[in-house]
Amino acid sequence: MTKINLNSTWEFAPSLESTDHINLKKQYDLFIGGKWVKPSSGKYFDTVNPATEEKLASIAEANDKDVDKAVKAARKAYNEVWNKMPASERGKYIYRIARLIQERAREFAVIETLDGGKPIREARDIDVPLAAAHFFYYAGWTDKLDYAFPNRNPMPLGVAGQIVPWNFPLLMVAWKIAPALATGNTVVLKPAETTPLTALKLAEIIQEAGLPDGVVNIITGAGATGAAIVNHNDVDKIAFTGSTGVGKIIQNAIAGTHKKATLELGGKAANIIFEDAALDQAVEGIINGIYFNQGHVCCAGSRLFVQESVYDVVMRKLKDRMASLVVGNPLDKNTDIGAINSKEQLNTINNYLKIGKAEGAEMYQTDCSLPKKGYWCKPTLFTGVSQSNRIVQEEIFGPVLAVQTFRTVAEVIEKANNTPYGLSAGVWTDKGSKLFNMTSQLKAGVIWGNTFNKFDPSSPFGGFKESGFGREGGLHGLKAYLKV
Amino acid sequence: MSNKKAILDYNATPVIDQVGVLDRIDRISSRSLKKDAKMHGLKLALSMIDLTTLEGADTTKKVVQLCNKAMHLHDAMPGLPTVAAVCVYPNFVETAKKALKGTKINVASVATAFPAGQSSREVKLLDTKLAVDGGADEVDMVISRGRFHEGDYNFVFDEIAAIKEACGKARLKVILETGELGTFDKVRRASDIAIYAGADFIKTSTGKISPAATLPVTSVMLEAIKDYFYKTGIQVGMKPAGGISNAKLALQYLLLVKETLGDAWLTNEWFRFGASSLANDVLMQIVKQTTGIYQSKDYFSKD
Repeated sequence: MTKINLNSTWEFAPSLESTDHINLKKQYDLFIGGKWVKPSSGKYFDTVNPATEEKLASIAEANDKDVDKAVKAARKAYNEVWNKMPASERGKYIYRIARLIQERAREFAVIETLDGGKPIREARDIDVPLAAAHFFYYAGWTDKLDYAFPNRNPMPLGVAGQIVPWNFPLLMVAWKIAPALATGNTVVLKPAETTPLTALKLAEIIQEAGLPDGVVNIITGAGATGAAIVNHNDVDKIAFTGSTGVGKIIQNAIAGTHKKATLELGGKAANIIFEDAALDQAVEGIINGIYFNQGHVCCAGSRLFVQESVYDVVMRKLKDRMASLVVGNPLDKNTDIGAINSKEQLNTINNYLKIGKAEGAEMYQTDCSLPKKGYWCKPTLFTGVSQSNRIVQEEIFGPVLAVQTFRTVAEVIEKANNTPYGLSAGVWTDKGSKLFNMTSQLKAGVIWGNTFNKFDPSSPFGGFKESGFGREGGLHGLKAYLKV
Repeated sequence: MSNKKAILDYNATPVIDQVGVLDRIDRISSRSLKKDAKMHGLKLALSMIDLTTLEGADTTKKVVQLCNKAMHLHDAMPGLPTVAAVCVYPNFVETAKKALKGTKINVASVATAFPAGQSSREVKLLDTKLAVDGGADEVDMVISRGRFHEGDYNFVFDEIAAIKEACGKARLKVILETGELGTFDKVRRASDIAIYAGADFIKTSTGKISPAATLPVTSVMLEAIKDYFYKTGIQVGMKPAGGISNAKLALQYLLLVKETLGDAWLTNEWFRFGASSLANDVLMQIVKQTTGIYQSKDYFSKD
């Protein structure tokens, strides 16, 4: 067969984003009541750069006492300041935070890359600008809540406990804090233990913006700290983004209490390619769908469905496109796929690669070289799989794509919905009527038509079934923080 | 010679989605070339230029001056490649051929009632003959866009095939004039028609219509070349022309070729830039890479 060799001898020279300009402390304490407070346990843990395995900083570990302190600070700020403040004044603070993120965008992007392992191109072009956009968007709603919910007298809930994951550390913080503040709530937020740095840098910005003490409290720690937030009696709302397993524990814990919740959990999205689609662009969408952020994306298009008549050509185009993906140092501007976020996650992914092979699926990886130190996974796809395979059923949360074929619209809808999850999906066809038929029958919170992984603050995001409930973003995102 | 194995079905040309094409170009545009990689790209770009003059005001002396530039890009710096070709109107082919004698620089001639292509088959064939008889190594023809928009694809196809035959040994570049086609779908269909009819190169533009070459349009055309290669094993070249005036943009085109078609197309046998002012900007960047200092534009000859 005719072959095209895409392993060019014209290789990129290193093009590293500078780290000279960033300012990181050796040790970070807890941000409670507008001040940096030592953890009552006196314990600290390390946060490391997953690309080098080097320590970046010591991070305070908050226990029940610290959580109680933070919730009390948030309650005090809610009662004494934030709830009494005119809405338009509240908006000014949120605008200020948005502008400060923009001003320090480069520093945030570099730290996000160092702490989480994502390519600097993504941190710079996606994570940080989108985080600022969320603050801008919700700042605008602050004094217009009566127009958002006419005749409903929208009122804040009180203190929101928020727990965010490690895949989009700053962006998820923005998704959580911006709507909570815009609706007049105060916040106790916990970033993930492997990626706390940008949230702690945001605390510096919050200080700089002059936000009243205690309106936003940022405390660090692992699962036990999160559990303490969830179980605290004086928290009125839990907003959680993370695994379905933890989401279930949270839902159990708050059952029978007054606490409201939004849970944004796992996914196993179907990305569906019809024979009449623009195939070259669909291939670009497959790449964006599964290899964006090393596949550490809850809405990743991890189940690919290709109509049988175009299977061969799509696979050829996909493998050709994969050949040009650069895997390596996340600080390099040419890197497409960075480091896996943690050793633990790498083990999880590798375990699924083993399971896939043991189940008889055929594994394909590009022949790129990987750095010696750090946590890495080559872009991977499995063919010869079916709905019965575990790599098709379970969320891998890595750069691993499972490819299946289908023959008819009815068949692919049945298979796409045949999953405990329902967060997102993608449909690729040149026929508008087919697209709308699909979107009305797929059970997923977000469905992209002829594109994938596109985000905007005005667009709600959230899941069906085990992918969680409640919506973030847009008008829906306001509602999750209001009594209406 | 023209034993094309595949038959083109006009109704089966692939559809193109604009949003996805632009996404792909975003990724290419954010690539960063430094040091040796940049130098390699710059020299490659220089060697792929079709140095062009296509003015109503062209004279014999102007064409000779341009040929001199082609042969002596920047003699202050040894070891530089020359451009690939000089591109002129048919009546200047002999002049250019004489001026470039003894060099490896080709002479390319536009033909077929360039740039509008609004004439009879007879005139277009004669125009081509004039260029080929004058010694043109390459012929740059324009397609009949009017007939294309009318849906008369067979006419467009047959015309290209006829010109190809009239070219003899000269290589044929087929200009689609993408700025007049309107959509990427049409660009893809025109690319396929040109390729299947026997084009050695497909080329974006005459340079007389805006927009001329763009990265998205080039991406669509490169994919057409790739699909055809997979089908037949026959290599077809690509020439974006018009609007590529700086080195940075030229490097982005080369990266697009690298990631779409690979090294086999990264030579001036299979990729060209149609440009009049690109060479000096590339030269300026090469001198900057070598000496660390930007020189004024007045240190680079303008012909």
